[in-house]
Amino acid sequence: MVSWRLRTLDRKLMRDLWRLKFQALAIALVMACGISTYIMSMGTLHSLTETRDIYYDRYRFADVFAALKRAPLSVAERIADVPGVMTVYPRVVFGATLDMPGLDEPATARIISVPDMGEPPLNVVHLRRGRMLEPRETDAVLVGEAFAEKHNLNPGDRVTMVINGHKRTPMIAGIVLTPEYVFSIAPGGLMPDDKRFGVFWMSRQALEAAVNMDGAFNDLSLKLTHTAQVKNVLDAVDLELAPYGGLVAYERADQLSNWFLSGELDQLKVMATVSPAIFLSVAAFLLHIVLVRLIATEREQIGTLKALGYGNRAIALHYLKFIAVIALLGALMGAVAGYILGKNLTGLYASFYRFPMLTYEIVPRVFIEGALFCIIAGFSGTLVPVVRASRLPPAVAMRPAAPPSFRQTLVERLGLERWFSQPARIILRHLERRPVRFAFSVAGVGMALAIYVGSSFVVDALDYLLEVQYDITDRQDALVTFVETRGSRALEEVRGLPGVMRAEPGRMVAARLKAGPREERTSITGILPGGELQRVIDDKLRAVTPPESGLVLGRKLAELLEVRAGDPVEVEVLEDRRPKATLLVTAIVEGFIGARAFMDINALHRLMYEGPNVSAVAVSLDAREAAGFFAQLKESPLVASVLRTEAARKNFDETMGENMRTMTLFHIFFAGLIAFGVVYNTVRVAFSERSRELASLRVIGLTRGEVGYILLGEIGVVVLLALPIGCAGGYGVAAALSAALDTELYRIPTIVAPMTYAHAILVVVTATLISSWTVWRNIRHLDLVSVLKTRD
Amino acid sequence: MTPVFDIRGLTKTYAMGETVVRALRGVDLRVEAGELIVLLGPSGSGKSTFLNIVGGLDVPSEGQVIFEGRDLSSLSEDELTFYRRNHVGFVFQAYNLVPSLTAKENVDLVTEITPNPLSSVEALSLVGLGERINHFPAQLSGGEQQRVAIARAIAKRPAVLLCDEPTGALDHTTGIVVLEAIADVNMRFQTTTMIITHNAAIAAMADRVLHFADGRIAREEKNASRALASEVTW
Ligand SMILES: Nc1ncnc2c1ncn2[C@@H]1O[C@H](COP(=O)(O)OP(=O)(O)O)[C@@H](O)[C@H]1O
Ligand SMILES: [Mg+2]
Repeated sequence: MVSWRLRTLDRKLMRDLWRLKFQALAIALVMACGISTYIMSMGTLHSLTETRDIYYDRYRFADVFAALKRAPLSVAERIADVPGVMTVYPRVVFGATLDMPGLDEPATARIISVPDMGEPPLNVVHLRRGRMLEPRETDAVLVGEAFAEKHNLNPGDRVTMVINGHKRTPMIAGIVLTPEYVFSIAPGGLMPDDKRFGVFWMSRQALEAAVNMDGAFNDLSLKLTHTAQVKNVLDAVDLELAPYGGLVAYERADQLSNWFLSGELDQLKVMATVSPAIFLSVAAFLLHIVLVRLIATEREQIGTLKALGYGNRAIALHYLKFIAVIALLGALMGAVAGYILGKNLTGLYASFYRFPMLTYEIVPRVFIEGALFCIIAGFSGTLVPVVRASRLPPAVAMRPAAPPSFRQTLVERLGLERWFSQPARIILRHLERRPVRFAFSVAGVGMALAIYVGSSFVVDALDYLLEVQYDITDRQDALVTFVETRGSRALEEVRGLPGVMRAEPGRMVAARLKAGPREERTSITGILPGGELQRVIDDKLRAVTPPESGLVLGRKLAELLEVRAGDPVEVEVLEDRRPKATLLVTAIVEGFIGARAFMDINALHRLMYEGPNVSAVAVSLDAREAAGFFAQLKESPLVASVLRTEAARKNFDETMGENMRTMTLFHIFFAGLIAFGVVYNTVRVAFSERSRELASLRVIGLTRGEVGYILLGEIGVVVLLALPIGCAGGYGVAAALSAALDTELYRIPTIVAPMTYAHAILVVVTATLISSWTVWRNIRHLDLVSVLKTRD
Repeated sequence: MTPVFDIRGLTKTYAMGETVVRALRGVDLRVEAGELIVLLGPSGSGKSTFLNIVGGLDVPSEGQVIFEGRDLSSLSEDELTFYRRNHVGFVFQAYNLVPSLTAKENVDLVTEITPNPLSSVEALSLVGLGERINHFPAQLSGGEQQRVAIARAIAKRPAVLLCDEPTGALDHTTGIVVLEAIADVNMRFQTTTMIITHNAAIAAMADRVLHFADGRIAREEKNASRALASEVTW
């Protein structure tokens, strides 16, 4: 019935589109933003997921992990008998410090044993350059690619390391990757710092000898059968390892590198849903107002076409094609941009996440879905007006529409009109006549503002987080951690090092906390009463002194355990004598990083049945002598790691900050586009509806300025109302994002800096000014005669 | 010979909120093939309503319009569309050209969807516009626009040509050119034609003149002979 080759009608379509090209383009661009984010995130998600799965599988990434103090290999054999366990891989894993040229402080290394002969059964490494270790080769190591790149290490180079008190200078045989460290973050770190943390592999024979682990292991990886009951295996492993200083066994989902990677994938999923939804709904709204206006102008044409013998379907199809062209244009631009962005994003990921191979893969399905979403969004915004237009009885369509009915505005009904000029009253009447569209316009502009605020808040929040973290709670310049827990003499030794202005004892133990059925593996940090370097704070950022007994929980941990101050918590320390106790929660403290617990340091010593032992020392340094301080530590056999605050902060700023700034630029662009799309279309539609009236006003003697004031005043009211709503909405988006980004590792506070609001407002106001300017030009050239002649 | 239209008891009422407007109050009429009928009557007497119903643009409240033996009110919406498409040509007072299409394209709108049309150029030549086929409506005078509308109406070789005040917006000389075009088509193709006008002088052109008043045909005259359009003055 409906001919698809309505050539002449299509010609009309193309001319209509050309006349409305800027409006159409603005809408298509908004759509393109949504679709490009979709294609970018889905494509990247797909590439990352596929690559990860293949990598994990091919390199036999373990399912269960456990660390312990030391156990004979016979224990591993027993664990092999646990139902559900397919492969057991006992290893020796040891920390070391590295003396790297170009780095003041010692870098931290993690050294992992590999079998003396043949491939490891699990967690296989992938050789990038150089060669694998020869059988029983003891003076060589493999090094992770990330660290090697940062230090420009090549096969054949030697590195200086202090391992278990002995200095060694093994040769680098090869540069490798491993599924265990796709994302290599040092224990206790916030961000990967490949300059200060590296992973090495050494033959078992050599490592065993260096750290006295003959016939023993301190790290366990397991591969499970498909039908294994993971929980049962974890319990069985914990039971077997407890006598050997076992820390709690965990499954792959909790493995740090994998956990980060999964988190990233989840965020991509959120990005792939939320942003396109926002952009496409804005586009649908814009198409709606543009199409309603178009149909209103073409009422008579619709009637004429029907009189000529065009049916409802032909009319509907005509307008749907109009929408489809814009939608497909949006989809096309979105596809191109999405492809480019996806490639770049994947490239960015490839620098953070180390895979043997990561390329952005074109997934045709994603592109097709993107185009479909555009069409669906376009049609959903316009189907009702299109159907209504197609059903217009021809006789009715050809009669000019009844003049719009105006009534006194709220202002006038309240008797306030003498406060408003005549033009101001015209503005108010127009706004009141179409309350729904007015509301939508305000919502649209507000949404642009909210998107801007909501997406740039992360930068503010991270600034705040870093400030709290490094200026208020962890104020040391460096944290020196020891290989073994040491007596109080260690504190004095550190105090005696050059440049140390202040040194405070640090004591941290691994522990399992239970409250009812909930259980968390965490650490308890001892807090020195009156200490200045490591402090805990309340929600007003005031230092809190932990009471002499009882447990202080970070807010995240309290939430996870579902406990409040006054509730009891069962504590099982996983170190030394593994004491158990039930402690009362005495306070909940603020903290954005980690789910941690704290105690008065003396109370912690009592719990541990120990004297004033330290596992670390926090120091503040005289900057001039810092280099000497670090140089001495490089030589020390007892130091496991040195965490330098300044470096951590700078690293954070460089890696995270850079990403954030790039993302923020995108969001400025996106928010600006939405603002522009909404404002421009609102202004154009208002102009088209009003041009006759405005021309009449000009004819009776109003100046251009007065006429412009009437038209642009309307958009001014919309924008003014949208500003507070958008700012409030932006805070809401920020709060929602905070909640969505809340993980066990860190919490992003809902902090929006005043400057962020100011920037957002600037973006929206600029978009408004540009749109207004284009209309202003039209007002100046308003052709009085022709406008009054044409009927519409 | 069966009439082209057999119209019986046609009424049309519009509900306007509280009040009811009775636009047609029972119109009966038989129209023979090839007739040229002029409809006269004061504004609001129901002429347009009548023509719209006859042309399938509107449906009656009561009564029947039987076109070549088929009752229009029994047609579905699609069938009514096909009735308009294949049998009826309309000319309106406001020309109703699509402003974004040229003269030729406005005619193409019709020739593309009808089974046995004249070519667009042919139709435009018939109304004397062979030269200006690529002009947009805004580039044509009122009379030229109306002639494009006539070309568009006749291009499908319609059985009936319905014209609602075709000269209403035109000056005398231009009006005559337009009326000549309509009369010419009526003669040449034996197209049954109905013209609404305010101008009693035009009535001289007609075979029959119907005087509308208050929703009814108040009076009917038959002309023994038809005047030429050029003889008409007003
Ligand atoms: N769609 C409509 N709704 C309400 N009243 C209408 C409508 N169309 C026509 N009328 C009324 O019907 C009457 C006849 O109108 P019309 O047929 O246009 O008269 P004419 O063409 O003779 O001037 C008028 O009173 C007019 O106001
Ligand atoms: Mg009329």
